[in-house]
Amino acid sequence: MSLTRRFVLAAGAAALPLAACSDNKGAGGAGKLTLLNVSYDPTRELYEDINKAFLAGWKGAPLDIKQSHGGSGKQARAVIDGLQADVVTLALAADIDELATRARLLPANWQSRLPDNSTPYTSTIIFLVRKGNPKGIRDWADLIKPGIGVVTPNPKTSGGARWAYLAAYGHGLKQGGEAGGRDYIAKLFKNVPVLDTGARGATTTFAKNGIGDVLLSWENEAYLTLDEFGPNFDIVYPSSSVLAEPPVALVDANVDRHKTRAAAEAYLNFLYTPQAQEIIARHHFRPRDAAVAAKYAADFRALPLSTIADFGGWAAAQKAHFADGGLFDQIYKPA
Amino acid sequence: MTAATSSEPMVRVRLPGVALVMVAVSVLVMAGLILLPLYVVFHEALLKGLPQYLEALKEPDAISAIRLTLLVAAIAVPLNAVFGVAAAWAISKFEFRGKSVLLTLIDLPFSISPVVSGLVWVLLFGAQGLFGQWLLDHDLKVIFAVPGLVLATILVTFPFVARELIPLMQQQGADEEAAALTLGASGFTTFRRVTLPNIRWALLYGVLLCNARAMGEFGAVSVVSGHIRGLTNTLPLHVEVLYNDYDSVGAFAAASLLAGLGIVTLVLKTVLEWRHSGELSAGRKH
Repeated sequence: MSLTRRFVLAAGAAALPLAACSDNKGAGGAGKLTLLNVSYDPTRELYEDINKAFLAGWKGAPLDIKQSHGGSGKQARAVIDGLQADVVTLALAADIDELATRARLLPANWQSRLPDNSTPYTSTIIFLVRKGNPKGIRDWADLIKPGIGVVTPNPKTSGGARWAYLAAYGHGLKQGGEAGGRDYIAKLFKNVPVLDTGARGATTTFAKNGIGDVLLSWENEAYLTLDEFGPNFDIVYPSSSVLAEPPVALVDANVDRHKTRAAAEAYLNFLYTPQAQEIIARHHFRPRDAAVAAKYAADFRALPLSTIADFGGWAAAQKAHFADGGLFDQIYKPA
Repeated sequence: MTAATSSEPMVRVRLPGVALVMVAVSVLVMAGLILLPLYVVFHEALLKGLPQYLEALKEPDAISAIRLTLLVAAIAVPLNAVFGVAAAWAISKFEFRGKSVLLTLIDLPFSISPVVSGLVWVLLFGAQGLFGQWLLDHDLKVIFAVPGLVLATILVTFPFVARELIPLMQQQGADEEAAALTLGASGFTTFRRVTLPNIRWALLYGVLLCNARAMGEFGAVSVVSGHIRGLTNTLPLHVEVLYNDYDSVGAFAAASLLAGLGIVTLVLKTVLEWRHSGELSAGRKH
């Protein structure tokens, strides 16, 4: 690299903050809009397909859709810190609530703006075990036996982990009320050797790195693991679990700044169409659309599911269990 | 990198048995720790054949990651080169108060975790940060965009050039510059005609190391990236994304580029040490 070229680059760098403002809107040339979908971990493959289908039917101005994935809580934190999400599609409502309360990026009533509590699909938490289930893991009671390694991500940063935690706590509640729930959770996390920040990291820990005997997994993530690693794993449905509702929302402050409100609204509404619901079902998420759900009924086992309402809603559950000093902090001691 | 060869003449001695064992052990450890992983990277990358490997590198997200990595290095490395020369010049040729403080500050990035090097920019320029609201009001993006990645990289690679130059320039002293100045040369001419030729190989050496680290940095850029695919993922971040997507070939193909960069750096470094060991010797004693 010649000396002159270096000086040009250095001069360019000095003007950097000025140049940077163009890099969202001007990404693909004049007039092209970019939607940024900030999502949680296991939806990478889902939204790749959704984006293709949506763009194929999109009649408006040229549009590009970008994705960012990570643990749900971590992603919410990034949006609060200024990641310019036009839409957020996170693992649970509490993380989107944070965007409303901490940074006022969207109104507090965001969840009532779209059908079904703004959750176009549901999912649940099930077990993934090694082929042939060598440790004989059938239900929640088996997870707290001595010598069982349970892999689940960190409930502080991962939405899936919070649903898994609530499913486990719900099991304890049924056994012995609040004391039973607390007791069960404490025993369960004694068997957790490592906490990854997101669901995908936990899946990698379990499936690729061979750590643990059972993975507390999103149902969709468990099936995806079977697709990827085939015969090395078995899925085990516990006797009960939790109805996980991963919501979607428009980030008002950002779409107004980017002038992308119309496109973002259309994108979120598209998730409720039969076409998108089919894609959702094919990726092993449980569709809301009755007709699509009926068509794929064989793929989704029915089991008793507690809902977030059983735990007092997300605001209460977040405070009681996951906030600083909550139950999780009280029972979890890293090994 | 510090004690590869010595500029003093080698004294030939017969190695006793213990020394032979030590040499054998270190060769084995090197093979296990460096050659084996290197082999695995290329093996996994080429597992499904060369066409698949090339296809993985032609993915739009991969190309964007390569471009971004080059762009970030192209900004961060020259800036650090300029800064490194200036700092080394000031420290080695002049006496002033606070010199040791400046030296400590230059070394700071070596001792703080890259996560912190990333997080400080979030605290400054994030939406909730010190300048966050002002940046938003003026539609400027720093964090989760190229400027944030550049800032994080600059901070992490800050010491490389300066650290390479300071010992050499201290050893050379200020006599030649003083002579040039007495003969009537201007400050800039003195720098260009006297100082720069004396330090050019050490400077190149420092730039090489700085560049290797700038392109390979993961922790600090991960914090400020926002992980937007095809927009703010640098090559190391792209490797992680693909690995987590179960795309082994893609992940290791991208990793092989980084490994290749490492090898090129190593070769250039060796050539430099071999051809210009005299002009580097002071630098390699720290």
